[in-house]
Amino acid sequence: MKRVPVFLTLIIIYIVYSGWVYTAGTSTAAAMNEKETAGKELFEVHNCESCHQLFGLGGYLGPELTTIISDRNRGPFYATALLKTGGGRMPDFHFNDAEIEALLAYLGYVDRCATTYKTASANRLP
Amino acid sequence: MNHKRTASLFLITGLTTMVLGLMFGVLGGFQYILPDFLKEPLTFQKTRPLHVYLVISFIFSSAVGCVYYFLPGVAGRKLYSPWLAFVHWLCHSLIIAVVITGFFCGHFSGREYLEFPPAMALVILGSWSLLIVNFFKTMPISFHRQPVYVWSWATGIIFFFITVTEAHLWVLPYFHNNIIRDLTVQWKALGSMVGSWNMLVYGTTIYVMERITNDKTVGQSKTAFFFYFLSLTNLMFNWGHHTYIVPASPVVKEVSYIISMTELLFIGKIIYTWRQTYIAARLNYHLLPYRFFTAGDFWVFLNLILAIIISVPAVNLYTHGTHITVAHAMGTTIGINTNLLLGCLLFVAFDRAPEFAARYKKYFMVSISLLNISLLVFWAALLICGVIKSNDALNSVPFATMMMHLQPWFVMFTAAGVCIMISLFLILFPLISIFFQSRNIAGKEIFVS
Repeated sequence: MKRVPVFLTLIIIYIVYSGWVYTAGTSTAAAMNEKETAGKELFEVHNCESCHQLFGLGGYLGPELTTIISDRNRGPFYATALLKTGGGRMPDFHFNDAEIEALLAYLGYVDRCATTYKTASANRLP
Repeated sequence: MNHKRTASLFLITGLTTMVLGLMFGVLGGFQYILPDFLKEPLTFQKTRPLHVYLVISFIFSSAVGCVYYFLPGVAGRKLYSPWLAFVHWLCHSLIIAVVITGFFCGHFSGREYLEFPPAMALVILGSWSLLIVNFFKTMPISFHRQPVYVWSWATGIIFFFITVTEAHLWVLPYFHNNIIRDLTVQWKALGSMVGSWNMLVYGTTIYVMERITNDKTVGQSKTAFFFYFLSLTNLMFNWGHHTYIVPASPVVKEVSYIISMTELLFIGKIIYTWRQTYIAARLNYHLLPYRFFTAGDFWVFLNLILAIIISVPAVNLYTHGTHITVAHAMGTTIGINTNLLLGCLLFVAFDRAPEFAARYKKYFMVSISLLNISLLVFWAALLICGVIKSNDALNSVPFATMMMHLQPWFVMFTAAGVCIMISLFLILFPLISIFFQSRNIAGKEIFVS
């Protein structure tokens, strides 16, 4: 077996594929606005992903948040209440109103991007 | 400065982080079943990253320690710079100390598995560069003639550097401000990073197997290289099954699905060599590393079946984001990586201080059985949790009710987690003691090539 040529071929394919993933492969979503970016930063510095998932990435102790805003059983009011006081397992992070607004804007952005998520839910057996 | 001493320091560091990581894992388990347990002083947002980071540190520290330990013997010459290796260990240990202190103080980047602030990544890459220099300067120039484990080590070392860099592309607004790009690249980097440490672990295991069986053809066979290239292909392209639900281009999913199915070849190989492995395991019944490797083989089989099932898009639709994914992760990190690494570490321990290590043989034997039985219960509990969660999600059951349904299985996996911790302590503490007491032994170098 020609080890070096096989290795180099795989590396070249990997580089080309990575470049495509970084650009055309992930160009489906619009960029975030300033408030949404601020919300995302808050989500990150408080390490929310250790308990919550977005698109299946994150922890399992708290509920999935990808479609929390459009979910008719939860929605923005439910999210606001939890962000203000915490919940059963969720500590109170003492977010102020501006922070809550930013977090809701970010979750709203995530929800709008979750097109396949909603299609998948609709396709699941009743 | 002796390279075996530095290798021992890496191994002691790895074993210590594992002890701590297991303790935080068990604390996290209790937080699942007792909602108010340490809710304010040590929230789950801290215990989870502490657990994950520390156990990953065990894998990397131990694998790197083994590479430093075996490398001069494989290369047939002295380590390029034992001092550079020592500086690497010093940086590595300082990084671990800074990261866990940061987690206690609540400093996070909020990125799954790599929750430390992004500036730390630069330090990690700098320290890893020392290993890159030492590895490639120690290996002879005729690299292409080297056995498969050298290729695996080299691949693991290079791809760790690449994937840590890739996992931090999010600091650029181009990636950070587009959630689809950010998540896809994050999964891509993490998936390949797992592949990079697997390369280090599998490379070390193949080398130790070669030493145990004294069969030098193992590392040069066409089959070994075929499976090395198949693993490399999976490392590069098999991350996409995590992103089926992310609305990136469908091509990502298609590529990943096709590559995932090549894992069937690994299954075929395991079944084909099963009887051979079984006979060898029986023949080597008293050979502790071999028993750990056999256990690892069993977990490779179980996890590959699970991985292939959850890679099927129609199944992934129901299992994604449930505890079935955790079962797969735990089966891989504990069942495969930990079993294999412990086998390698026992080999090193008996090489360093055979009489001293023999004193603990009884504990090691108990540890193997208890670890794998507890893990099977742990794994099964997670699979059941996943099925319940998937079913509840399908029926739009509220999250609080879902958690009530899962509670008995959380108790089961926490209890099994405690048993896993106890079983691992039976081997970790004696190994720490062996490596600590034998750290200054230079030892005889065995050149295999």
